[in-house]
Amino acid sequence: MSTPLIEVKGLQKSFLVNKGWFGKHKYLRAVDGISFSIGKGETFSLVGESGCGKSTTGRLVTRLLTPNEGEVWFNGQNITQLSDNQMRPIRKEMQMVFQDPYASLNPRMKVKDLVAEPLLIHTKLSQGERDKLASELLEVVGLNSFHAERYAHEFSGGQRQRIGIARALSVRPSLIVADEPVSALDVSIQSQVLNLLQDLQEEYGLTYLFISHDLSVVEHISDRIGVMYLGALVETASKEELYERPLHPYTQALLSSVPVADPSLTRERIILKGDLPSPVDPPTGCRFHTRCPSCMEVCKTKAPKFLEVEPDRHVACHLYDEEIMSGRQA
Amino acid sequence: MNKLLEVEGLKTEFKRAGGNVMAVAGLDFHINSGEVLGLVGESGCGKSVTSLSIMRLLKGTPGQNAGGHVKFEGKDLLRLSENEMRKVRGKELAMIFQEPMTSLNPVLRIGKQIEEPIRLHLGFNKAKAREHAVHMLQLVGIPRASEVMNDYPHQLSGGMRQRVMIAMAMSCHPKLLIADEPTTALDVTIQAQILDLMKRLKEERSMGMLLITHDLGVVAEMCDRVVVMYAGRVVEEAPVKELFANPQHPYTQGLIRSVPKLRQKVKRLESIPGNVPDLSHMPQGCKFAPRCAHVMPECMTTEPELLAVGGEGRKSRCWLTQQSEQKGGSAV
Amino acid sequence: MSQQSTAAANSSQGSGQQPAAPAKRKSATAEFLRKFSKQKVSLVAGIFIILLVLVAIFGPYITPYDPSAPDYDALLAGPSAKHWAGTDEYGRDILSRLIEGTRLSLAVSLSAVLIAAFFGTILGLLSGYYGKWLDRLIMRGSDVMFSFPDILLAIGIVAILGPGLTNVVIAVAVFGIPSFARMIRSVTLSAKETLFVEAARSMGAKDRRIIWRHIFPETLPSVIVNVTMKIGGAILAASSLSFLGMGAKPTEPDWGAMLSMGRDYLSIAPHVVYFPGLIIFLTVLAFNLVGDGLQDALDPKMKN
Repeated sequence: MSTPLIEVKGLQKSFLVNKGWFGKHKYLRAVDGISFSIGKGETFSLVGESGCGKSTTGRLVTRLLTPNEGEVWFNGQNITQLSDNQMRPIRKEMQMVFQDPYASLNPRMKVKDLVAEPLLIHTKLSQGERDKLASELLEVVGLNSFHAERYAHEFSGGQRQRIGIARALSVRPSLIVADEPVSALDVSIQSQVLNLLQDLQEEYGLTYLFISHDLSVVEHISDRIGVMYLGALVETASKEELYERPLHPYTQALLSSVPVADPSLTRERIILKGDLPSPVDPPTGCRFHTRCPSCMEVCKTKAPKFLEVEPDRHVACHLYDEEIMSGRQA
Repeated sequence: MNKLLEVEGLKTEFKRAGGNVMAVAGLDFHINSGEVLGLVGESGCGKSVTSLSIMRLLKGTPGQNAGGHVKFEGKDLLRLSENEMRKVRGKELAMIFQEPMTSLNPVLRIGKQIEEPIRLHLGFNKAKAREHAVHMLQLVGIPRASEVMNDYPHQLSGGMRQRVMIAMAMSCHPKLLIADEPTTALDVTIQAQILDLMKRLKEERSMGMLLITHDLGVVAEMCDRVVVMYAGRVVEEAPVKELFANPQHPYTQGLIRSVPKLRQKVKRLESIPGNVPDLSHMPQGCKFAPRCAHVMPECMTTEPELLAVGGEGRKSRCWLTQQSEQKGGSAV
Repeated sequence: MSQQSTAAANSSQGSGQQPAAPAKRKSATAEFLRKFSKQKVSLVAGIFIILLVLVAIFGPYITPYDPSAPDYDALLAGPSAKHWAGTDEYGRDILSRLIEGTRLSLAVSLSAVLIAAFFGTILGLLSGYYGKWLDRLIMRGSDVMFSFPDILLAIGIVAILGPGLTNVVIAVAVFGIPSFARMIRSVTLSAKETLFVEAARSMGAKDRRIIWRHIFPETLPSVIVNVTMKIGGAILAASSLSFLGMGAKPTEPDWGAMLSMGRDYLSIAPHVVYFPGLIIFLTVLAFNLVGDGLQDALDPKMKN
């Protein structure tokens, strides 16, 4: 792989959740030491259940949040500690699409102003030039230019998401971070938006960081995938590898839990015991050990390393750590 | 098989400033005892309104009943007095919702909330009701059941709350459980637990179930038969395997094809163009015609009936399938 | 960009040709008027205020007498067909003075409240948006001002600046700022958390743009409601200051000053006090009722 567009090293972010009595502060470790990279033109997906830290990761990569530890590199530049002013030219290159197309568009702005807002911020184009570009962008995402004069509330969820995508596209970014872009949409609309995202990627050579809880959607759109559990990456792999041969017990359980729209299929299902532990008070050792079907003694005390077990394939599980496993056999 | 619930020509309208609109426009389906019927459709198709209409829980919503019959074991629920209905609701007919937090009282302990319907419907005394409540919590797989009895709803996780709701719903041995998007708010691994639980309970108690969902995966895993709704109408009805193997109505076909399936490996998803019509601006003929790839002139003017097509227990509301049926040919 | 539209043709599959979902709301103004007109009491109060404003504008043309011309034949005369509201101790027509005073009282209170709204909104936006030390500074400052009884603070300010209507405006404005700042701060705090503000940040928008273009419009309904609510209080405060002799000069027909002057004759000619008192009471009540109505009509959560 050539220079990755995004490289994330040991990213960590905590939030203060409770200023306890007597100075006992409680922190939520939303993201705890994750590393991955995304190549140019690639779609990398972060997948996991609620509270796994995938959205926080997206906001760390776009520097809406600043990490407590670790580094974010964009296009060979370390952007971890850049100020708002230093970040501004870089933001032109990385735009976001949000989950909720109802809340992410200012209800008091016309569609043309919504779509052209990044242009207003990053270019010196005149109002007329921006309007013209905005109506072209609307056509690109499958809306009509006459929609430009309307307000967002006049559109359906799918159409609003198209407006959000047009807005992200307006400044020709190289990276689009899409945080659950289709999970608020109905299935028939969901596929329209997914197809649009794929077409735009081909057309503009976009790189996507795609964040989702839906494993079927992720399989459809991704090249590579990272699976997160309680703030940590447990496995990264190419799409084919991950779905054909999941290594981490959590990935295996997750994949087997997805209901498949095919009643003729009967599968062995791994049903995990218990609930997700609280990220404020994560389990010791491996975070997954409380629910893991193949939990060993060592998992309860020692956190597994995120090892490259095969080329470009990382897993954080003692089962694949030769040192640990050979030690067990001895 | 005897019919447990029969819905005939059910109509529910919404009060709107510019005149009432039909949210549910003449629904017909039935549920046999011991069977799971899936009610599938996208948001706004009227599937949740249907469940509230059956349970007569429309009070406080803009909806009101506008005709039809809901026969539960032969008696018409829509003709019962409020008092008689109360005896049916929660005992023979129970319901669980998408967000359990909205149907649990936040200031009452879990135990009290489960005991109440037990004492009311089964006439148990306090001690016996408590014993039964703990038993129900154990049945739905809640660890430390007797401790959870003293918890408040906010102390439990989403999955636990849904288990509590199921325990409450099951506590009086209902003959029919209506589950409205019971796992939509839950994570996949928790969803798998809850679906597994519901399947087990249904089999142990041979209870009928109306499962309302937008998730075709859940339908495929849980249901025996499926009713597909679009714009307040039934557009297709079929046994689950046949529905997925050979969908008749173009809407069902589009819906099934537009869902990305695990391990399916397609380059592009098929999609249904356009949007669901607004209730107050319904197309004149077939409500799906403006989005349909096979639209014909008669589709724009006259709405087709829901008629039997292509095989045992199958119905479709489409001119195309009905034409090919008449020609003696098999389905599209 | 002509060749780019292929993407649309492929992926939209006609969704673009569909007209947008029909507008579910009429224009915001029509919706607002519909909601507001449903509140009958506020509507009546609103009409009363419109009448007051008209009186304020056309006052000089409709006064039956010259408001400052004495009639020594009718000193402290009670209400009669000639003088509907009677005359004061110099024989000046009270109705004419009240009409003339409308302009003065409304101008004083409105300008005081608008000044307070202007500075309070800016402070609230800055405090809520930037947080940290700036927030603490502004909020502690307003706490200090809150700890004085309003009127005492105003008296203090007028005592320093000297009596006069301009100084009354300043005094009333200053003690109105903290409540605006607080309210706008809390609206800002919640607006700051909305997804479209985060979207603007992710686009690289500068703080100034986020505050003015995205957050300020969210606070506008609260500002409008609060202005209406505060006008009543400002009229009272200005009247009180005039009553205490710190505002309008006795020759100026200010409602508060009239009340103040009239109190000496309360036992022999109560009408001198009743009419100014009544008009102050009605005006304050009307502004508060309109404020209530606006609050409900502008609240998006109240649907009907």
